Amino acid sequence: MVVNSVHWFRKGLRLHDNPALQEALNGADTVRCVYILDPWFAGSANVGINRWRFLLESLEDLDTSLRKLNSRLFVVRGQPADVFPRLFKEWNVTRLTFEYDSEPYGKERDAAIIKMAQEYGVETLVRNTHTLYSPDRIIEMNNHSPPLTFKRFQAIVNRLELPRKPLPTITQEQMARCRTRILDNHDERYGVPSLEELGFKTFKGDSSHVWKGGETEALERLNKHLDRKAWVANFERPRINAQSLFASPTGLSPYLRFGCLSCRVFYYNLRDLYMKLRRHSSPPLSLFGQLLWREFFYTAATNNPNFDRMEGNPICVQIPWDHNPEALAKWAEGRTGFPWIDAIMTQLRQEGWIHHLARHAVACFLTRGDLWISWESGMKVFEELLLDADWSVNAGSWMWLSCSAFFQQFFHCYCPVGFGRRTDPSGDYIRRYIPKLKDYPNRYIYEPWNAPESVQKEANCIVGVDYPKPMINHAESSRLNIERMKQVYQQLSHYRGLSELKEVLLHKSW
Amino acid sequence: MFSRAHVPARHRLSIRIWQNFAAKQIRVFWDGMPFYVDEEAWNKMKRGRSKCQHFTPSEGRKKRHRSVPPAHVQTGSSASQRPTEETWGSLPHHVVLHIFQHLSLVDRARASSVCRRWNEVFHIPELWRRFEFELNQPATSYLRSTHPDLIQQIIKRHAQHLQYVSFKVDSCTESAEAACNILSQLVNCTIKTLGLISTARPSFMDVSQSHFVSALTVVFVNSKSLSSIKIDDTPVDDPSLKVLVANNSDTLKLLKMSSCPHVSPAGILCVADQCHGLRELALNYHLLSDELLLALSSEKHVHLEHLRIDVVSENPGQTQFHAIKKSSWDALIHHSPQVSIVMYFFLYEEEFEPFFCEETPVTHLYFGRAVSKDMLGRIGMNCPRLVELVVCANGLEPLDEELIRIAERCTSLTAIGLGECEVTCSGFMEFVKMCGGRLSQLSIMEEVLIPDNTYSIEQIHSEVSKHLGRIWFPDMMPTW
Repeated sequence: MVVNSVHWFRKGLRLHDNPALQEALNGADTVRCVYILDPWFAGSANVGINRWRFLLESLEDLDTSLRKLNSRLFVVRGQPADVFPRLFKEWNVTRLTFEYDSEPYGKERDAAIIKMAQEYGVETLVRNTHTLYSPDRIIEMNNHSPPLTFKRFQAIVNRLELPRKPLPTITQEQMARCRTRILDNHDERYGVPSLEELGFKTFKGDSSHVWKGGETEALERLNKHLDRKAWVANFERPRINAQSLFASPTGLSPYLRFGCLSCRVFYYNLRDLYMKLRRHSSPPLSLFGQLLWREFFYTAATNNPNFDRMEGNPICVQIPWDHNPEALAKWAEGRTGFPWIDAIMTQLRQEGWIHHLARHAVACFLTRGDLWISWESGMKVFEELLLDADWSVNAGSWMWLSCSAFFQQFFHCYCPVGFGRRTDPSGDYIRRYIPKLKDYPNRYIYEPWNAPESVQKEANCIVGVDYPKPMINHAESSRLNIERMKQVYQQLSHYRGLSELKEVLLHKSW
Repeated sequence: MFSRAHVPARHRLSIRIWQNFAAKQIRVFWDGMPFYVDEEAWNKMKRGRSKCQHFTPSEGRKKRHRSVPPAHVQTGSSASQRPTEETWGSLPHHVVLHIFQHLSLVDRARASSVCRRWNEVFHIPELWRRFEFELNQPATSYLRSTHPDLIQQIIKRHAQHLQYVSFKVDSCTESAEAACNILSQLVNCTIKTLGLISTARPSFMDVSQSHFVSALTVVFVNSKSLSSIKIDDTPVDDPSLKVLVANNSDTLKLLKMSSCPHVSPAGILCVADQCHGLRELALNYHLLSDELLLALSSEKHVHLEHLRIDVVSENPGQTQFHAIKKSSWDALIHHSPQVSIVMYFFLYEEEFEPFFCEETPVTHLYFGRAVSKDMLGRIGMNCPRLVELVVCANGLEPLDEELIRIAERCTSLTAIGLGECEVTCSGFMEFVKMCGGRLSQLSIMEEVLIPDNTYSIEQIHSEVSKHLGRIWFPDMMPTW
């Protein structure tokens, strides 16, 4: 029997550790790797140019790697539900493979595709490799509900076996056994689109982007990341300093999100390095902090289609957020008048990545700290701009940071002046992303409105003219907001606070 | 058991009754919605069955006219009569009332249009003692508003029944104005509790002061038995407080008025002087005076239970904070030894100078912004009554010494929260050992703890848990 395989790339944009792709190659006569993309949709989707660029670069990288194996990437324009019937017929497909998507929308889409494939007599093989563990397994082990505190999640992970070991990359031999028929007009029909095709305007020489997409880049960064860890030989979470705020050449989060880097490869590399340097002692869970947070949110979201909104979301506290589009726009565009917040939002828009503490700062400012605007609005802005924002992780993080879920304490509010100053006393971060303020002395750069007129004139930047005035009074707003939060939590049934501050320090449930 | 209540065709509904003997409540499904009936009430109703009818769908309209005396509970004697019919429409009033009290307002409103009897129950005064008016505009809030028709009904038929009233408004001025309009119409009422709550921006402050004050005065003058008033972030002023005092001095027990910029120290002093039953007070620091503390400690005054003081800065250097004499604090404690004194600080570091120079009897301290190491040292020295301490931020120098001093001298400390601070793991361990099991709330952000030679982060979790006698871990934030 002839086996014609199609491997469907969605995330998992890599050739290493890709069991689903291996299944496609296994005993196949022909294999085609496809990515389905709808250019019309691109214009309306809430996805910014940096994310598209990263994706297109990742697709280019895949295409290049496949070329070396005498194959190509087929970027098919359209929607999966329309595209697949056509491809099934045209290519006589008998086997379809793809990586498991645990998100509710993904599961629904995939169920429909699997059903349709069955009707066409196509065998479907799905493999779970986007997460270290199976979310369903974790849920099962937690009495059939997802763990809602990180500690509980860690406790369950502790009881699990190690994640499955990663597979090596696709080899020439494997590919040689199957053929991919490449037509002359492949580039025209199935080539990776450009940003222009998706409706974005780019400028000549606009190569200032910091994060280059693709598996090749991901694996290089992994090596550098491990080198740095080995050099430091200290696996504790590094304390944040001014340097951490800038994009790191060893940062991996966008690559994990798109699947350019396998999370298992990352996991095992870290583990092996630790055991080598610490003489075979077992690594603590905290070593994998970044990866486990990702797992936590995927698990929490997998069975909750309303995970990304407040209304109808069983785990989300209903908070009477304010509806204020003007204020939201100021925040999203970095015009709040607080240099710390504005610099962070500027870096986010320009580069697509900000440090996790910077995320805490702006999320707190938008929601429970200052503006009292719904976390859903913030989540949408991050979705557009942030390279590593995945549906589950993004929504979950926003709920966490706005104290809407996961039993969070709401007393620790980040000050938009003080927190920035403590993190980067030099002010270099501000100067880099808000050049207008570069001549302000360190004393006033985080609160330029307090600088005397002479200082403002000398710095060539008058507050209210060249740079906006602060949009709120932080002391007032944080005072009001802590009262709001208390009001909300006082009405919850699990609240048992008695004295004044016990209302602020919530009882956590295990 | 499945029975169809007597209802006009357009209101036909099905009621399924399901008795759960495990819980002490009966769950009744009405129109697809569940609500609970207390088992006792249910049994009372069943015992009264002989007086009620059982109505099956096949029976015609005639049967339902069999007479049923209202509100009479059958006692055991007629148990021999095994009744076979019941009708929902003739349930005793008190049973329907009991059921209605478990329903939400929306469900009750729906139920009230089922039949005349249920409609009567809907308007029983007991159901209108408590009401929360929600006033929101679609442009500024995601929340729904109390229906204007319902508001009209309440003002017309139930104003005199209202006793515990609150208004929740969003950040739109219109909503606050609507609240004031309703207030102005509550003329014949005996309100005991009044709460004006802004759920987002303080929109009451945008209402014209005269409009607000006249609306509030209506309630102050007419109620004459106000016991609890919550009017934070409103433009209430000294004259309105005078009116409050003139009419409610015997009954006033609780007054929360943080951030009311139009009130002066004299205004609040008037309240303290005349309302001797005042037990709970919340205000801003600029209203606090030695005279006020002495007035609250006068012989005629009851024991004060709760005093909350908000200390808020405008801009650095622009607000001078006066000092309160130690003797005034001493008088307060002498008069009310159990009083909770809660202080919320929202100041810049430089503005703390006047505070905690001498012994201060504060019990709960919340620092919403950064507070200096020195200040925390002073608190350890001068706040022996301290029960709870929350520090949002400090700086980059370890607070070991200060924490240990607090553990030593604040022997009533049971709750502590630390945000952006630094404490070495050893220092933290010593703090925990000294406080021991009395720490019922230990909320420390993960980044606060600095591992050292003695303890790593992992070790801290287990050591602290051991000393506290329960599982403990720091507060975490996603590092993704």
